[in-house]
Amino acid sequence: MAWARKLLRVDLTKGTCTSEPLNMDWAQRYLGQRGLATKYLTEEIDPKVDPLSPDNKLIMTTGPLTGTCASTAGRYSVVTKGALTGAIACSNSGGFFGNEMKNAGWDMIIFEGKSAKPVYLFVQDDKAELLDAGEHWGTSVWDTEENIKKKHQDPMIRVASIGVSGEKGVKFACVVNDMHRAAGRSGVGTVMGSKNLKAVAIRGTLGVKVKDIGAFMTATANGKAILAENAVTGQGLPTYGTQVLMNVINEVGALPTRNHRDVQFEGAGDISAEKMHEKRASDGKSNLITNGACFGCTIACGRISQIERTHYTVVDRPQYQKASGGLEYEAAWALGAATGVDDIDALTFANFICNEQGYDPITFGATVGAAMELFETGAITTKETGGIELKFGNTKALTELAEQTGRGEGFGAEIGLGSKRLCEKYGHPEMSMSVKGQEFPAYDSRGIQGMGLAYATSNRGACHLRGYTVASEILGIPEKTDPLATEGKAGLVKAFQDATAAFDSAGLCIFTSFAWTLEDVAPQLDSACEGEWSVEKLLEVGERIWNLERQFNLAAGFTGKDDNLPARLLKDAAKSGPAEGKVNGLGEMLPEYYQLRGWTTEGVPSNQTVERLGL
Amino acid sequence: MNTGKRLMQKSLHIDPGKCTGCLQCEMACSLDNEGAFNPAKSRIKVFDFHAEGRFVPYTCTQCAEAWCMKACPVDAISVDTLTGAKVVSDALCVGCKVCTIACPFGTINYNQTTGKVLKCDLCGGDPECAKACPTSAITFIDADWTGLERMRDWASKTDSGTRAEA
Repeated sequence: MAWARKLLRVDLTKGTCTSEPLNMDWAQRYLGQRGLATKYLTEEIDPKVDPLSPDNKLIMTTGPLTGTCASTAGRYSVVTKGALTGAIACSNSGGFFGNEMKNAGWDMIIFEGKSAKPVYLFVQDDKAELLDAGEHWGTSVWDTEENIKKKHQDPMIRVASIGVSGEKGVKFACVVNDMHRAAGRSGVGTVMGSKNLKAVAIRGTLGVKVKDIGAFMTATANGKAILAENAVTGQGLPTYGTQVLMNVINEVGALPTRNHRDVQFEGAGDISAEKMHEKRASDGKSNLITNGACFGCTIACGRISQIERTHYTVVDRPQYQKASGGLEYEAAWALGAATGVDDIDALTFANFICNEQGYDPITFGATVGAAMELFETGAITTKETGGIELKFGNTKALTELAEQTGRGEGFGAEIGLGSKRLCEKYGHPEMSMSVKGQEFPAYDSRGIQGMGLAYATSNRGACHLRGYTVASEILGIPEKTDPLATEGKAGLVKAFQDATAAFDSAGLCIFTSFAWTLEDVAPQLDSACEGEWSVEKLLEVGERIWNLERQFNLAAGFTGKDDNLPARLLKDAAKSGPAEGKVNGLGEMLPEYYQLRGWTTEGVPSNQTVERLGL
Repeated sequence: MNTGKRLMQKSLHIDPGKCTGCLQCEMACSLDNEGAFNPAKSRIKVFDFHAEGRFVPYTCTQCAEAWCMKACPVDAISVDTLTGAKVVSDALCVGCKVCTIACPFGTINYNQTTGKVLKCDLCGGDPECAKACPTSAITFIDADWTGLERMRDWASKTDSGTRAEA
């Protein structure tokens, strides 16, 4: 019940697909999705493996609630050793692919080895086979999805695939499903490309059942009512999407601008949710067409946008004149504020290309920002950029590099290294705004202190989805804390990290946590799944998952020294806004955090902690 | 003369403008009819016209003179007199699929798992899809006045001279 209790193992080297029972003892200890797949990965691969070698594995995984009517329960994740970071990678995606996998009767799919030629996996309920992907290799995510559906004469197939960037080894390639939903970060698509695996296409018709349907319908109805009544999940997100944050974060002086040289962007209003709603003078239409939901989601924060037909990016290019997945906050920030570009349609275009060719807009935008700083300081010139005047605010440079990166060509191939490798290559490692090789998302930790600790300790490198203390520090959820204070943030970060691991592993979207606590999640899990699922158990599972990920990273060669931030955030004070004069106080928070985690002063889980969590 | 008052019939009313494409309706439908969350077996389907940014739920409108019912050679489709729904009897249906050809709207379909056809039966008068819809894109309202809300919207836009400040 809830779990399908079955996993599909695909050996790409041998070309075989075999069914295995799911380890239900592990499911009781790691729940599902992020937690359970991490358990499988850590048991099955050497943490020191080269992420792009056949010995790395890639797991697509659902949670026990995936495919049920619990709100937002359509999530799936891709878990592997990340190509960008060399750390544990777990990238979570919405859309409809996760539900389809579950309905076909699979909790997870483990890919191992490497195919001799490009293939895709085709799954129809319990039948699975590897098929030749020769005709799809070299084509975009959008074309691959359309052509696979056509080939099988089934428009109801759901597809997750990589674009050309993933084939060409761009280090931050995504796995994209349903045209514009992505397992986005850490280069999980790069790993998929290294295995010559182009796509996974699934059609599931078996259905998903739960333990106690009566109790489950009550618990999920209660959960949906809470989401509908909450101001963020009931109004803010459906109306404005995550982009509701752009002006808010700019006002609190925490919008990283031009590669974190500034903390406020004068063009923030022009790339905001309000701008997306605004009717253009030219044609009376707005960038935003409508909001859209992922599977089972009663929030519906997704943006569907359309570029003005006369915009330079789409003239004579009809495929980009159609509506598609529009700007979310993190992408709008990275493509916009991080590069100093304030043209909403240019950002929407770059975002379309990220979806079409399957790469992460956060790392891409942040890396373009870093390259712009390299250019402006003279470390690179038009000789390296292939003639592009790579100055902050150059809109056409951004969109040109988006296309080049999508194809893995020209200077786009160098952008495809990510900022850490790029800045090291040109002798300025200090210009990479990253932790453990992964670029920051859209919150400057000088203006939101807790996020500095969350970034420094995130197991997949800098990330907003591993402990979103912005909720507390800015939005007052569950209670308001001072964004400029470091006191109390160690405990706050730990609490957010552990709870997030539990939300993720259930198969739910973390955005529900703007309204829900684990008190609201526990009854939904408890009525759906075997075993007893209390808040206490979920907190323990969350903490266990966090420590398991940590142990993998330590075994992979990371140490406490990697729980750090770039010097810019620790030494260069914010120049404007409420945080003016502030740096991030990581040193004040980290020792307390280690202590609360039950780790040594070097950041290693103590024997006592390992024993307590049964690791 | 029959003076007995008929029960007010209700119809499913769909407003695609409110649909977000979440598929809660498909899950509710399949749970009620199949005992599992299984959109593949839903009687209501939501279509995603991606390039236009439109989501459209679609299901049987319960035609008064139903093509499916008239086409059925074994009289397996009958009218539920309480709700007006055209209901398939699994005991009588032989899976010949003639009804699926006759229906102009495609809302009755064959189910290869059971060898019978599937169509909306209004859940006996309390449709699960309407109850599950989080945005009221699907409602169950007076069959004679499914256009009332739209009429009202347009009526509010007509110029009728003097009025009070709202």
